[in-house]
Amino acid sequence: MNYEVVIGLEIHVELATKSKIFCGCTTKFGGEINTHCCPICTSMPGTLPVMNERVVEFAAKAGLAMNCEIANFSKMDRKNYFYPDLPKAYQISQFDLPICKGGYVDIEIEGKTKRIGITRIHMEEDAGKLLHDQWEKGSLVDYNRCGVPLIEIVSEPDMRSPEEARAYAEKVRLILQYTGVSDCKMQEGSLRADVNLSLRPIGQKKFGTRTEMKNLNSFRAILRAAESEIQRQSRVLDEGGVITQETRRWDDDEGKSYAMRNKEEAHDYRYFPEPDLVPIELTDETINKYRESLPELSHERVKRYIHKLGIPEYDASLITASVKTADFFDDTVNSGADPKTASNWIMGNLMRLMKEVNTEDIPFGGEMLHELIGLIEKGAISNNIAKTVFAEMFRTGKTPLEIVKEKGLEVVSDAGELGQIVDKIISANSKSVEDYLGGKQKAIGFLMGQVMKETKGKANPPMVNKLLRDKLELLK
Amino acid sequence: MKISFETVEYVAGLARLNLSEKEKEMMVVSMSGILEYMDKLNSLDTEGVKPLEHVEPMSNVFRKDVVAESFDRDSILANAPDKEEGAFRVPKIVE
Amino acid sequence: MRRIKKRVLLESQKLLSKVNFLNIGKLTIKEAADALQNKEISVIELTEKFFDRIDNIDDKINAYVSICRKQALADAAEAQALINEGGGGIMTGIPMAVKDNICTETIETTCASKMLGNFKPPYTATAIEKLRNDGAVLLGKANLDEFAMGSSTENSYIKNTRNPWDVNRVPGGSSGGSAAAVASGQALFALGSDTGGSIRQPAAFCGIVGLKPTYGTVSRYGLVAFASSLDQIGPLTKTVEDSAIVLNSISGKDPKDATSIDSGIADYTEGIKRGVKGMKIGIPRQYLSGEIAVGVRNKIEAAIDSYEKMGAVCEETSLDLADYAIAAYYIISSAEASSNLARYDGVKYGFRSSNYKNLLDLYKNTRSEGFGAEVKRRIMLGTYVLSSGYYDAYYKKALQIRTLIKNEFDGLFKKYNCILGPTTPTTAYKIGEKTDNPLEMYLGDVFTVSVNIAGIPAISIPCGNDESGLPVGMQLIGSAFSEKTLFQAAYAYEREHPFAIAPEVQA
Ligand SMILES: [Mg+2]
Ligand SMILES: [Zn+2]
Repeated sequence: MNYEVVIGLEIHVELATKSKIFCGCTTKFGGEINTHCCPICTSMPGTLPVMNERVVEFAAKAGLAMNCEIANFSKMDRKNYFYPDLPKAYQISQFDLPICKGGYVDIEIEGKTKRIGITRIHMEEDAGKLLHDQWEKGSLVDYNRCGVPLIEIVSEPDMRSPEEARAYAEKVRLILQYTGVSDCKMQEGSLRADVNLSLRPIGQKKFGTRTEMKNLNSFRAILRAAESEIQRQSRVLDEGGVITQETRRWDDDEGKSYAMRNKEEAHDYRYFPEPDLVPIELTDETINKYRESLPELSHERVKRYIHKLGIPEYDASLITASVKTADFFDDTVNSGADPKTASNWIMGNLMRLMKEVNTEDIPFGGEMLHELIGLIEKGAISNNIAKTVFAEMFRTGKTPLEIVKEKGLEVVSDAGELGQIVDKIISANSKSVEDYLGGKQKAIGFLMGQVMKETKGKANPPMVNKLLRDKLELLK
Repeated sequence: MKISFETVEYVAGLARLNLSEKEKEMMVVSMSGILEYMDKLNSLDTEGVKPLEHVEPMSNVFRKDVVAESFDRDSILANAPDKEEGAFRVPKIVE
Repeated sequence: MRRIKKRVLLESQKLLSKVNFLNIGKLTIKEAADALQNKEISVIELTEKFFDRIDNIDDKINAYVSICRKQALADAAEAQALINEGGGGIMTGIPMAVKDNICTETIETTCASKMLGNFKPPYTATAIEKLRNDGAVLLGKANLDEFAMGSSTENSYIKNTRNPWDVNRVPGGSSGGSAAAVASGQALFALGSDTGGSIRQPAAFCGIVGLKPTYGTVSRYGLVAFASSLDQIGPLTKTVEDSAIVLNSISGKDPKDATSIDSGIADYTEGIKRGVKGMKIGIPRQYLSGEIAVGVRNKIEAAIDSYEKMGAVCEETSLDLADYAIAAYYIISSAEASSNLARYDGVKYGFRSSNYKNLLDLYKNTRSEGFGAEVKRRIMLGTYVLSSGYYDAYYKKALQIRTLIKNEFDGLFKKYNCILGPTTPTTAYKIGEKTDNPLEMYLGDVFTVSVNIAGIPAISIPCGNDESGLPVGMQLIGSAFSEKTLFQAAYAYEREHPFAIAPEVQA
């Protein structure tokens, strides 16, 4: 049978605060286990949470960037359940009065724009981490992540294919990065999605029973997990079976999902208002202040790049696909580089290097690219050398001039030095010399290449060209 | 409200308490007595009354986003009943 | 440091002769502070005197669960050094007891539970920090009902505390150890915590002064949570003035407790002696009817007469919702407790069962073996009233009634400066008398719980003894942040009726 796919996403995103949501411990990734901890985030008796004001600001800004209504009155609640990664045995979260409600995000799918509804965005704390130790009889608990601030973005069940789910997740990530509320580093688990998926016979109004796939931490995993779940559910339905509402765990290595052990009372979270924290009231004035301080988002930048900087639409959308490259582009242009030259460098060399080492970070600012472009334009280095220098900049973070000096990559423009090399090449390539003298203009290209090779690309090309022609003329 | 043996079992499960059969039976009796007493609240009409969650008329108590030094790991782990390699240890967890 | 100690020691020997006329059973903070500042006694001597008394009589009273002699003597030496330099304040060198659910760094904080039997927090509660900064000397930690759940201190896992007025009777609870320590002269004052009457009720049973401050006045940081929206730390003292002195030290906005407030009151002792002339006092008829012991009623009625003689205007009024407060209180407090006590799971601190194969076993067996019967009952009740399907009928309903109770108090405080009544329906009962019937025990909190529900302050002061010679407690209730009015009214009564000391315990 043919089914319609219905997908909704819950995305957990770590906010870019310096300290945790309820205590002063750092949110830095990594660090030795249980060293970013204090009595508050390890929930020792008698300790109390105090809300980080940044968390509220970031959550509200995320909501504004996703067209949500920001609540004037909102509060924190306790969600009660036992698990070793949750030291209080309750998570401080938001239940009936979340900070943001009713927004949307537009995605591009098959050349068309589709609007995905946002049900709500709420603030909560992250849990710790369980380390499953293979050679030991137990599991180890690390509370470094415990209390790192999160927002949970709950979408409407508006997506109709795994591709839409993926596009939506990517768009959410982009918006959050542009807003500056999260760096959304997938490798560090700072963006994780739960995929809620159900099938229904085409034409049926009522939703089918859904399953929830937990903690997917890459876009690829979202796509594959959804595809696999569609197959699984249609198989069950085709065989006349029923879907059980359950939580499943996706194993990305195996490309398979498993039903998680079903705790009989898993859903009785006994939410109630957090008595240790007072409500959050945001006046319209504060909300407007947040709105006005929102940075330029990606679609706004695309427009500016096309209309103000005269960049082709293709370039503009590619560069804005990451806030890091977009910021880098702006820096380069702002320090004086020609926009099209800058965009060529970013789309070509920079993106290739970033892909090679699989990073989202650029180890130097746009003004460095401008400096490099300047060296080429001055004729101090060749285009080819510049690529080598750029790769070195990316590797070491050194400035172009430092690298050129250190490695002796300056263009050789000394007429005497170059003249000797040209003489050497002419005497070593008599065949090409004869060809040239016989009228084959193309032969000079080969000789040029030989000179460049001899100088490891450092020779000043116009100068070599002139020297070659002058010397060959004498042989006529 | 009188509560049943099954309800006591369900609630004990939620609260992660292991009660003996006898304790459960005693719990049925004492909880039923208390809950029946609590049912007197039903005689009060609270239609439209706002629940009072915080007695103080306060909002927006925040801390600045400033990093403070974390505690020494030994002091965090000092009271742990079972620890290993700088971590709290629990029985092996199967998901 | 050593030199200072030596000097202190020499001076204290010189002063030894003067010490003997101080009867520490009767001594107040005010008097002790004067004696210390006038060098009639040294801090070390005073501290030693208290330890001697603890050594002599506490095996009869069982007020303390732990003693910190070494730390106390070191603190005493420091306090004396300060006094010798001409510094220090009224709290400098004052020996105190602290209820063992208030955290003290490196000193065991047990909550009188097997669950936290060996727990040593790496931090100190703000209230204690403030007192120690002011120079108070911590003698030890006082017994309580396990996790402050109870009204007789019989729920302590460690031991039963006895009432200094009659060692066969309970001291009240849950701050029973704190009350007994002060009443038997084993501390100059004590800190307790009050969630539904846990300071005022034992103060009444032991014939001393107990204050439950306005919610938010004293930081809860470091107070092991029972019911977070109701809990407050407060002083147990011999006199009303001492109560105000301690409140001066422990109150104030704490950045570590989001629910703490700056009351804006700089000195709670200021204006305390102004008297009650023209003060309007309301007496809810529900507080003098029903199941109230004759001996208690007589004393309260006599106190009302006394107030009228002093020029106050006493008027009968009504607190219609008084009857519903207990049900609402036990729903709210148990719900919060079920969540607050979920963290005791054998993973991070405290007791862990030795009987487990997997995680679920570890949780269940740890919690079943680590908690006592009453704590388990509250956890069960609280879990039940929050569970799906019952939230609206119990928890939400209780919060709605909380609104109504608060409104009713607000209405009364438009007419009256304060409200007067008994603290408890009876005086101290016999150990074991009520342990079989939890509901009956809960009903004993009838006059105290509504104060916590409304977040307002109340003070219990001694008001004579009943026919068996047991102390009767009178409760004065005020609107939020009206502690000064309560002190003023209580002081006026105390001036006319000086407090009595418990009969000497036979060592
Ligand atoms: Mg969540
Ligand atoms: Zn922390």
